[in-house]
Amino acid sequence: MSEPEALKPFPDSEEMEISFGPQHPATHGVLRVIVKLDGERIVDAKPVIGYLHRGTEKIFERETYNGTIPHTDRMDYTAAATNNQGLVGAVEKLMGVTVPPRAAYIRMILAELQRIASHTIWLGTHALDIGAQSPFFYTFEEREKILDLFEEYCGARLTLNAMRVGGQPYDLPEGWTGRCRTFVDQLPARVAEWERLLTANRIWKLRTVGVGVISAADAIEWGLTGPPLRGSGVKWDVRKVFPYDRYDEVAFEIPTGAGGDTYDRYLVRMEEMRQSVRIVQQCLAKLPDGPVMAKVPKVIKPPKGDVYFSVEGPKGELGYYVVSDGGTNPYRLHVRPACFINLQALPEMVRGQLVADLIAVIGTLDIVLGEIDR
Amino acid sequence: MPAPLMTYLVIPLVKIVVILAVVILLAAYMSYFERKVLAYMQIRIGPNRVGPRGWLQPIADALKLLVKEDIVPSRAEKLVYFLGPVLVVVPALLVFSVIPFGPAFKVAGHVVTPYLTDVNIGILFILAVSSIGVYGVILGGWASNNKYSMMGGLRSAAQLVSYEVPMGLSVVTVLLMANSLSLVKIVEAQQRSGVWYVFPGFIAFFIYFVCGVAETNRNPFDLPEAESELVAGFHTEYSGMKFAFYFLAEYANMVVISSIATVLFLGGWLPPFPNALAALWASPALAWIPPVAWFVLKMAAFLFVYIWFRGTFPRYRFDQLMALGWKVFIPVSLVNLMAVGLGVLLIGGPR
Repeated sequence: MSEPEALKPFPDSEEMEISFGPQHPATHGVLRVIVKLDGERIVDAKPVIGYLHRGTEKIFERETYNGTIPHTDRMDYTAAATNNQGLVGAVEKLMGVTVPPRAAYIRMILAELQRIASHTIWLGTHALDIGAQSPFFYTFEEREKILDLFEEYCGARLTLNAMRVGGQPYDLPEGWTGRCRTFVDQLPARVAEWERLLTANRIWKLRTVGVGVISAADAIEWGLTGPPLRGSGVKWDVRKVFPYDRYDEVAFEIPTGAGGDTYDRYLVRMEEMRQSVRIVQQCLAKLPDGPVMAKVPKVIKPPKGDVYFSVEGPKGELGYYVVSDGGTNPYRLHVRPACFINLQALPEMVRGQLVADLIAVIGTLDIVLGEIDR
Repeated sequence: MPAPLMTYLVIPLVKIVVILAVVILLAAYMSYFERKVLAYMQIRIGPNRVGPRGWLQPIADALKLLVKEDIVPSRAEKLVYFLGPVLVVVPALLVFSVIPFGPAFKVAGHVVTPYLTDVNIGILFILAVSSIGVYGVILGGWASNNKYSMMGGLRSAAQLVSYEVPMGLSVVTVLLMANSLSLVKIVEAQQRSGVWYVFPGFIAFFIYFVCGVAETNRNPFDLPEAESELVAGFHTEYSGMKFAFYFLAEYANMVVISSIATVLFLGGWLPPFPNALAALWASPALAWIPPVAWFVLKMAAFLFVYIWFRGTFPRYRFDQLMALGWKVFIPVSLVNLMAVGLGVLLIGGPR
């Protein structure tokens, strides 16, 4: 059996070849990058993935529709709520079910809190990779509060399993909205605090401005979504272009960058946290009364057919392609993972830059290997 | 006992033992101090399990490293691999032989000097000896036969060599002002002139300290051991006591840089404003403070700044670090040297 293409050594290499990972402090899980170096300059980089492959898409096929939801939790394990949201949305679209407004609002609140939580992890680890230690602890303090809110709602902190086909499994607990409001009201001040540490920092700018540049045209060519696409100046957000749940009823901006470098993506994500706060505040104010579950049969049996449905995850567009043969299990359930497609642009973004930039670019793509390998 | 034996063997030996013990303990407790301060900066508590408030943590760490298995990579260059930590730790400790912790004082009619020796080329000795440390880093990195280690070693060689130049130039400004290379004489000169050299030589002071941070491979110049890029840099493969030596050397070097900064720029063991406030310091309420206390206090302030840096700054990239050293610090320190030289020539310097 021949070696896979990515594992073959580079021919006639005068350069040093170094294997980053799969166990490496900065590859955010088990990513392996084979880097060809000329001194400290990167000649080529090849990401090698698959160390976390669990056959999730095959597992989906043997589960009932509601039974697949816990498996989505484990794909992008830093953003379980948006993963759930995409899957239940896809099945509901196939069945033609409309969720009750209260359930839709609860979903939006959870999803936006999840986006903030995911971005806090990104900021903490990204800053840590670039050498700033402290933001990691400050951001995790806020993330902890979000996880507390999740725990109060559904009992889980990381793998939420918090949505069902047709609505929400539980209504919000007593007093939850008040605690949630307290949290989101204080968050912008904390985001400003983190920005004070980094945004104008000379070293931070030296390390991020002009690093990992990708033009808007290239970003579209590579199929980038989420902050990496918006950082290049493309105003594309699934919440705006194909509104799902009740995103058309709340006001928010899509932040975009200009240069498409690491600093722009940093600014985009910081602004997204503020916009998420805005959305949660509006949702809490508008939260309608009523049931949280639509009338759906006990055993979910979508009609024969296929459907593609995507949500704006914290990392980018997270899509689900569901094929139903009319039975209780999905015939095929394919995931369009944002991280996997964003990672493809890595070699393009680091070629000709320094080793230290590779770390910055891996950080700025905000990849989660659970979603890439599934 | 014959007098020469006493003067040249017994007393120095006792001093060496005392200084070594104090310095090694200081380096160990520096790690505790760092972890505690950094923890409070990062809304954590830090070590708090071993002993009251975690005071025994450094001892526990040292014991752990002592009994840990000493792994030598199978394809490593055995002899050089062994020499690496030795070459790092010996110069770091050797420098303490000329650092004056306090003035000479009298005990029962004998003059006691709280330093090992006062050579008349003190600064040159320090610069020469501490440069040897880079061999330990680069050889250790090379001998590990690991690409990360080698990159760490190469980085630090380039970094240490380029930052030694502005550092040396800023030390020369002090030399011009004090007219001596002996560390004791430099402190005495500051006492005579009544002004710490940090005031006339603040640019040199700034450059010296920043270069000192770079020399000790500390944040924001911690590229040779940049965790997120090179795992642990040149000491990736080292374990057990050999790793402990690198660790000890790093912290000892921080103490060295802080001590030298204290001696050269902050008046060593002198209290603040020694002449203007002489009456105050001689008053019975404050006269009990030993000069060593001032020295330690100033040194601790430097060490705190080290930790403060670590809690605040991201890391420079390699090319940016080089640019900063060659394009900013060397020209600035050269100009500063000329300015100070001119000042000394025209007004006689701070006398």
